[in-house]
Amino acid sequence: MILQVKDLNVAYGSILALHGVAFEVAEGEIVTLIGANGAGKSTSLRAISGLVRARSGQVMYHDADITRTPAHRIVQMGIGHVPEGRKIFANLTVAENLEMGAYARADRGSLQAAFDRVFKSFPRLKERLKQNAGTLSGGEQQMLAMGRALMSTPKLLLLDEPSMGLSPILVQEIFSIIQEINRQGTTVLLVEQNAYMALQVASRAYVLETGRIVLSGPAAELRENPRVRAAYLGQAV
Amino acid sequence: MIEAINQVLNGLQLGLVYALIALGYTMVYGIIRLINFAHGDVFMVGAFIAFISTVNWHLPFYIAVPLSMLICAALGVIIERLAYRPLRYAARIAALISAIGVSLLIEYGGSLKFVFGPNYRVVPQPFSVVQWDLSGISVSNIQVIVLVTVVILLAGLQYLVARTKTGKAMRAVSFDHDAARLMGINVDAIISYTFALGSALAAAGGVLYSVAYPQINPFMGIMPGLKAFTAAVLGGIGSIPGAMLGALIMGQVDVLSAAYISSQLRDAIAFTILILVLLVKPSGLLGKTGPEKV
Ligand SMILES: Nc1ncnc2c1ncn2[C@@H]1O[C@H](COP(=O)(O)OP(=O)(O)OP(=O)(O)O)[C@@H](O)[C@H]1O
Ligand SMILES: [Mg+2]
Repeated sequence: MILQVKDLNVAYGSILALHGVAFEVAEGEIVTLIGANGAGKSTSLRAISGLVRARSGQVMYHDADITRTPAHRIVQMGIGHVPEGRKIFANLTVAENLEMGAYARADRGSLQAAFDRVFKSFPRLKERLKQNAGTLSGGEQQMLAMGRALMSTPKLLLLDEPSMGLSPILVQEIFSIIQEINRQGTTVLLVEQNAYMALQVASRAYVLETGRIVLSGPAAELRENPRVRAAYLGQAV
Repeated sequence: MIEAINQVLNGLQLGLVYALIALGYTMVYGIIRLINFAHGDVFMVGAFIAFISTVNWHLPFYIAVPLSMLICAALGVIIERLAYRPLRYAARIAALISAIGVSLLIEYGGSLKFVFGPNYRVVPQPFSVVQWDLSGISVSNIQVIVLVTVVILLAGLQYLVARTKTGKAMRAVSFDHDAARLMGINVDAIISYTFALGSALAAAGGVLYSVAYPQINPFMGIMPGLKAFTAAVLGGIGSIPGAMLGALIMGQVDVLSAAYISSQLRDAIAFTILILVLLVKPSGLLGKTGPEKV
């Protein structure tokens, strides 16, 4: 297992956002975490990448316990995280954003290779290198956010709602890029409200409701699950 | 007319010193949204270190300046580490009160007999003053040295912030701490670096100020600190070019209002201009309009 989350409890102040959440991701997989607003999807990702501290429980990456590891060290260990809302550095140029993505790289030599790989997935970024990132369109910002995370050549990529606010065509494009990134060897943990698309590309899925995992299984199975169909796919049972 | 040009040159000299202080306020604010009220006191410590190292230790001036910058950089890092970092996620007022506490501690600690002492000290000129007379316009070698030093420091800062990896990380952190962490940036280290840079510049400002106005005491940082802070707000706090512009304006306002209106009113005039500008443009002259963060 590349990632194992065990009995994770996370609280904001006195409010518990995750209650004993447990899931795992195998190397090479695309796994998705679906759930409604406020279910705790982003919190789960933030606990993995060290942005919030777990109250109890464990996050294992390969064989290392990273529950208390500082966020900037976790990136160096090979976990990339595209946060909710993209959080691109609007005050930096596109090129500088990508450079920041490579900040943790020890091997400066392969920097050009990292740039080339990102331009291959997102050719549009190459045309806009000198542009201020704040002036990009929403779709371009999502591409930059993903490209930036890929600059560290992560082994595990956490994606928080990459389809948010994008047109249907762009959603298709982003999801096929996610599949392509995965085919090239990056394991993906995908958080989505767009359960329909997420269940298409993922091999396995977990359903989160008010801070608890309530369902899990192969994506193809969950697509047919009546409860999932009613609650997340908007289909009558 | 000649007299006015001379006053403008004096204002320029003062404005350049204010710029060195104002940059520290604006960079620290940009990165942790805190007004570092102890910053003016770091400026004072900078002046004293140069004084002690030239008078007591007989070091040459060109060693005293970088030494003072180095010691103040360390002081800035220690202040952040002890007084601000533990309060980073507390209510903002807590850090503000802590900042005022640090300021008082440095001022009164500095007044102790075995530290700097409570009295005014006269700073001996590190080199003989030369006045040039260019058909009435008088320029001194001190003015030239202030100008050259500040331009070199500002160019160096501009290079650091715009071109180096750490400078880009500073800008990334000032935009969003969590997003910067996700890049593998050690946010605490970048904040320390920012305090070190700002404090070193303030120290240089303190030394230049004490050469131009050769009297120092442990409370000498208060008024220039306040003026430089005003300059940073006037220019748009968080903006580096804004701090420079605000400081140059502030220097002129100070000198010209003392020369042509009233030296008693010069502080009141400076703060009145600040209030007027903020009424028209709340984000300052070069500040971002709209909310800081979306
Ligand atoms: N910084 C915070 N402070 C306090 N409570 C928070 C904070 N962030 C999240 N929460 C709470 O934790 C719970 C889980 O939030 P989280 O952002 O993980 O949900 P989510 O599943 O990502 O929702 P969405 O689909 O809307 O992004 C929510 O009840 C939310 O209100
Ligand atoms: Mg979320």
